Amino acid sequence: MQSGSTCQLTGECRLPDRATLPATLYKELEEFIAQLPTKEGHLVTVLHKAQSLFGYLPKEVQQFVADYMGVSLAKVYGVVSFYTFFTMVPKGKYPISICMGTACFVKGAEKVVEAFKEALGVEVGEVTQDGKFSIDCLRCVGACALAPILTVGEKVYAHVTPDQVKNIIAEY
Amino acid sequence: MTNLQKSRSTIEEQYKAKQNRPRIVVGLGTCGIAAGGNKVMAAIKNEVASRGLDVDVDFTSCIGMCFAEPAVEIGLPGQASVVYGGIYPDKVGQLIDGHVVGKKPVTELAAIQITGGAEPFEGIPVMEQSGYYAKQVRSVTSRLGRTNPESIEDYIATGGYAGIEKAVAMERLDIINEVKKSGIRGRGGGGFPTGNKWQFVHDAVGDKKYIVCNADEGDPGAFMDRSVLEGDPHAVLEGMMIAGFAIGADEGVIYCRAEYPLAIKRLNLAIEEAEKMGLMGENILGTGFSFKIRIKAGAGAFVCGEETALLNSIEGQRGMPRVRPPFPAHKGLWQKPTCLNNVETFANIPFIIRNGGEWYAAMGTEKSKGSKVFCLTGKINNTGLCEVPMGITMGEILNDIAGGIKEGKKFKAVQSGGPSGGCLPTEKLDLPIDYDSLISAGAMMGSGGLVFMDETTCMVDVAKFFLNFTQLESCGKCTPCREGTKRLLETLIRITEGAGTAEDIPNLERLAKVIKSSALCALGQTAPNPVLTTLRYFRNEYEAHINDKKCPAGVCAALLSFSILKDKCIGCGVCLKACPVDAISGEKKAVHVIDPAKCVKCGACVPKCKFEAIVKA
Ligand SMILES: Cc1cc2nc3c(=O)[nH]c(=O)nc-3n(C[C@H](O)[C@H](O)[C@H](O)COP(=O)(O)O)c2cc1C
Ligand code: FES
Repeated sequence: MQSGSTCQLTGECRLPDRATLPATLYKELEEFIAQLPTKEGHLVTVLHKAQSLFGYLPKEVQQFVADYMGVSLAKVYGVVSFYTFFTMVPKGKYPISICMGTACFVKGAEKVVEAFKEALGVEVGEVTQDGKFSIDCLRCVGACALAPILTVGEKVYAHVTPDQVKNIIAEY
Repeated sequence: MTNLQKSRSTIEEQYKAKQNRPRIVVGLGTCGIAAGGNKVMAAIKNEVASRGLDVDVDFTSCIGMCFAEPAVEIGLPGQASVVYGGIYPDKVGQLIDGHVVGKKPVTELAAIQITGGAEPFEGIPVMEQSGYYAKQVRSVTSRLGRTNPESIEDYIATGGYAGIEKAVAMERLDIINEVKKSGIRGRGGGGFPTGNKWQFVHDAVGDKKYIVCNADEGDPGAFMDRSVLEGDPHAVLEGMMIAGFAIGADEGVIYCRAEYPLAIKRLNLAIEEAEKMGLMGENILGTGFSFKIRIKAGAGAFVCGEETALLNSIEGQRGMPRVRPPFPAHKGLWQKPTCLNNVETFANIPFIIRNGGEWYAAMGTEKSKGSKVFCLTGKINNTGLCEVPMGITMGEILNDIAGGIKEGKKFKAVQSGGPSGGCLPTEKLDLPIDYDSLISAGAMMGSGGLVFMDETTCMVDVAKFFLNFTQLESCGKCTPCREGTKRLLETLIRITEGAGTAEDIPNLERLAKVIKSSALCALGQTAPNPVLTTLRYFRNEYEAHINDKKCPAGVCAALLSFSILKDKCIGCGVCLKACPVDAISGEKKAVHVIDPAKCVKCGACVPKCKFEAIVKA
């Protein structure tokens, strides 16, 4: 609370102690928070913005959000850890998300996950050593009619079979 | 009021003129895009430009035949228009050569035709009589795949915003009575009568009231709401406005899951356009009624579909359910009276107000009126979206609309209602579908996702899948759900790993009953349903896992063993190369064998054998 008001007094963008992430991104986040009509009820919105800027929500970003939203770090952490969309660890440059919704599961999504794990040598939730890929499971993107579905970044792949996994990886 | 009436006739004329032009329309819903629709669009624009053709290129959302994506529709003035399926960029040239330049439909690529009063082409099924659509009604989905969802003109020209126009001239209670008369029940799963809910919020005392639209659609395998939001966003806005007018609210919030970026984009656009035309904002249609809508993106938590958790999430909190009562109708968003309905519920409202409650009530069964949108997925031929009158049987959906099970396999079960629902067997295929019949069969209407499974699906594995889901999504607030689902899951894992014991089945049943009766919210209360229905209808599969240590469907790896049939193996060596752990050995041209000590049961060898010599049992 204290540091949040300090910032409003000086009118400056105050970075968290030992901040390691780019100040320009913090600046942009500060501006985003400043233009909100109210702070009440906008914590999830701000975290969405923060994640889109930084790619993930490490402690220093959570501290920054807590300061500027005038809430405790515990509250921010509570919200971040509750929602699966938010991540506290960085994802790969090309995040691979495999749908494990019912329709995709029935159509054999598990075998696709296995194929990716084998091809990349990492588990679900991990990033490859070179930081290029990460594997995650997601719930359902609503393209169930074309199951199994996976996404790499924004790109959606439909009717995926384990045989295609090597080619998909080779695209990046 | 005069404003819209004046523009309506001009807009209608422009729309008609548009239909009287040669046009190519590409389906760009999420499914169309996933299938490569954007590339098809680019290829079409390219062809049209490079050949200098006089033809309009437009886009629409999903018409429902997701199995035929990417879909392209071509229409020439005065002729039936034809929807083509499976149009990848390499087919675009052929289509344009044939239908646009040659003016003859390319029959071999055609899926259906929409006559619109014109003479039908020979050899192409007419939409209303085609297998996929013959048993469907198109009411709330009527604009899907037919209009441009990003054009408010298309919406208005097809009767859009006539509902709110009519409503603002009515008495508030008359609107609510009309909704009551329609008999519509909440399409979000619970099936609560919408008119009664509106009455409660209308009667609730408060200086401020809210309308909230539940667009969280968390059931995996369900995409009705996404299709409506992407294909007819204005209908949802109009439904919310009518509700706002009827109950006395001036603000609405749409809570949309973050996994639906296209829906959020189209909703934002629709709000902008409606505001520009004076259909939303201050003093709507000059009546003094003001209403504004904003969108709130979710952040990935299934429980946020539950209404009170959703309200907490809108307020920026962890999305944990509240104890009810008080119900949202009395203390909802920011503790104010709140009317919360599902996307499909709201999208039905403009039709009900325009055509009257009786029109709507004429469809459906005694206690479940109207039509319902279902998503057909799983091991069927025609996966997609369909709208059917309540009371249709599951068998009609499976055989007539979905085109039966794929690859001639046998139907085993259909899962209805998502993680809260249940699996119904062959005996229940003649069950007329409505809210009550599904509940008595142990399943649930849920939001409308139907996942069909064939004989290669293991029902214990399916129950495990759902419990894994609910266990991960349990918010942890109440013990029965947090701990109970975990114990259920552990037992199911044990069974599928071959360590099940005779007490497991009665234990599962007892624990399931305890969770059902003591969990705080419906997530926990319904979480045991997948276990209970599979136990009820597929008990023999559980028994086979426990007593015989066998998985009849051949899914649970721990219970499988692979072997090579001596009389079929010709010793070609293909399986030997496919095995990742060198468990297969054998000389060339001699029968091969699998070493069970080395085999990791991955099954990689089975599809590789051309002689069907490898069996799993
Ligand atoms: C765990 C859980 C998840 C739910 N998910 C959704 C959902 O995704 N969409 C929805 O409209 N309703 C969902 N519901 C039902 C809502 O709580 C609520 O009943 C509904 O949105 C009310 O709208 P209706 O009366 O128009 O159906 C869910 C309920 C529970 C218990
Ligand atoms: S279940 Fe995978 S996209 Fe819906």
